[in-house]
Amino acid sequence: MSHLTFGVDTFADVMTDQDGKRLSDAETVRRTVELGVIAEESGLDIFSIGEHYRDDMLDSANVVILSAIAARTSTIGLGTSVTVLSTQDPVRVFHQFSTLNAISGGRARLTVGRASTTDSFPLFGFDLRDYDELFEEKLELWMKLLAGGPITWDGKSRPALTGQTLHPKLEDPLSTWVGVGGSPQSVIRAARHGLPLLLAIIGGNPARFAGHVELYHRALEQFGQPTLPVGQHSIGLVAETDDAARDAFWPVWRAATERMALERGWHAATEESFTHEVEHGALMVGSPETVARRIADSVEALGLSRFDLKPDIAGLSYEHREASIRLLGTTVAPRVRELVGAMESASA
Amino acid sequence: MPEAPIRERIGILGAGKLGTVLARLAVAAGYEVRIAGSGDPKFIALTVDVFAKGAQATTAAEAIEGAKLVILAIPLHRVESLPVDAFAGRIVVDAMNHWEPVDGPLAEYTEASGGTSSIVATKLPGARIVKALSHVGYHDLDAHARDERRIALGIASDDVQAADAVATFVRSIGFEPVVLGSLAAGRALQSGSLAFGAALEREALERIVVEHLGALK
Repeated sequence: MSHLTFGVDTFADVMTDQDGKRLSDAETVRRTVELGVIAEESGLDIFSIGEHYRDDMLDSANVVILSAIAARTSTIGLGTSVTVLSTQDPVRVFHQFSTLNAISGGRARLTVGRASTTDSFPLFGFDLRDYDELFEEKLELWMKLLAGGPITWDGKSRPALTGQTLHPKLEDPLSTWVGVGGSPQSVIRAARHGLPLLLAIIGGNPARFAGHVELYHRALEQFGQPTLPVGQHSIGLVAETDDAARDAFWPVWRAATERMALERGWHAATEESFTHEVEHGALMVGSPETVARRIADSVEALGLSRFDLKPDIAGLSYEHREASIRLLGTTVAPRVRELVGAMESASA
Repeated sequence: MPEAPIRERIGILGAGKLGTVLARLAVAAGYEVRIAGSGDPKFIALTVDVFAKGAQATTAAEAIEGAKLVILAIPLHRVESLPVDAFAGRIVVDAMNHWEPVDGPLAEYTEASGGTSSIVATKLPGARIVKALSHVGYHDLDAHARDERRIALGIASDDVQAADAVATFVRSIGFEPVVLGSLAAGRALQSGSLAFGAALEREALERIVVEHLGALK
């Protein structure tokens, strides 16, 4: 593993103060900017913001937040987790991110995906039955836009383009990853377009995605694409001790899964399922050493080049998130690199 | 010398998360498996080779032809695009759910008093519909097949023999079949029931089904 990058993902999940009182939406947005600045201070490589349209995730205009962070930072990558390309106009996305790229001196990044929560479909007048088709078509357009120059394109999801050039032009390349949740077709699509793959692993043992990684590499080869990096996104919280991390995370995790259970008609987490996820599954909750070991196992099992932690759940205090990001950058990341280095020399 | 057993053929429509897991489990259980995506088999060949080695990537028509069971593991709205005639007389496992995050609200399924499979049955007249393989998540099916304490899978049908055939299949891929009395009883396996999304053993599943159907009355 020549290089392993570490990032933070956030959906600007509603924050609370230390007494558990919900902050105003505007305050959560402002503090999300702070977290981006802290991520850079902590030595992390990338800070990415999602795109949702809900009362508990305030990232609907992620590029605006990223611009504010751009103005206060100088090295950290500014990404998305993910941009729901299906329900956006790729032309506008280009405008926004080429502008962000200009502001930040080439630090804009995107991860595009079909979305796992689908609030944007009714909001913007799209039909969920076109879930896959919209993404396919818009990703194809996106690839053309990235190439720059006059664009000629015709499709169903937006008016045709006949030789327009989009401005501001890209001074630096705009790196684009594809975020997938487990669909084999999505993995193949990323390979076909020659885009790096970010696996959203939010339940179960990460090693179960080894098949997806194999599929991705074999598909890249079939499509004549070069070898490309694979990353993992997972949810978690790092604190000084395992107990401190679990005690802080469990109440908000329970509340979040109870809410999802009501929305989606399935099960909320139990203390037993939570413990299992923390010890064997995808929740990266614990002390720096515990989380570093869990991540190193994943890096080894999946051949990862990138790991993004989302230390955000609605209701988790700002202070816990800040501490988590600092520990991720200053302690977990170097420790993972050390562990992975040791594994590699042992197997060399 | 005993004759070699004739391997029964399973057809799977849908090569996504659920379809590929079921294909892998069926191959492991010794079935001849044909699996089809929505288009040309070449688009799923690599996926099938990685996730379900030994299964044959094929067209929908070939997956249905001669299959002991045909499993529908596609988004619910795609039922409209199935070749209806090919299903006549076949045992068809409806492994689909009305899943709003993927399908959006589909009114006829939301309002189905006899459960979503009763609507699927009206769209595939002549098919012997069995609701099964739908209420335990694909990752749990993958992780818990052949667990020592077998995870239970509900099976709902109005066709006793068809339900029995599906029970045999469920047992052979490593789960405990729990046959419910009717297709409409499959409501107890849908979103909104505690059975949905849960990997449970027989007793717990049976209790939930009874309570859920009792509450619906």
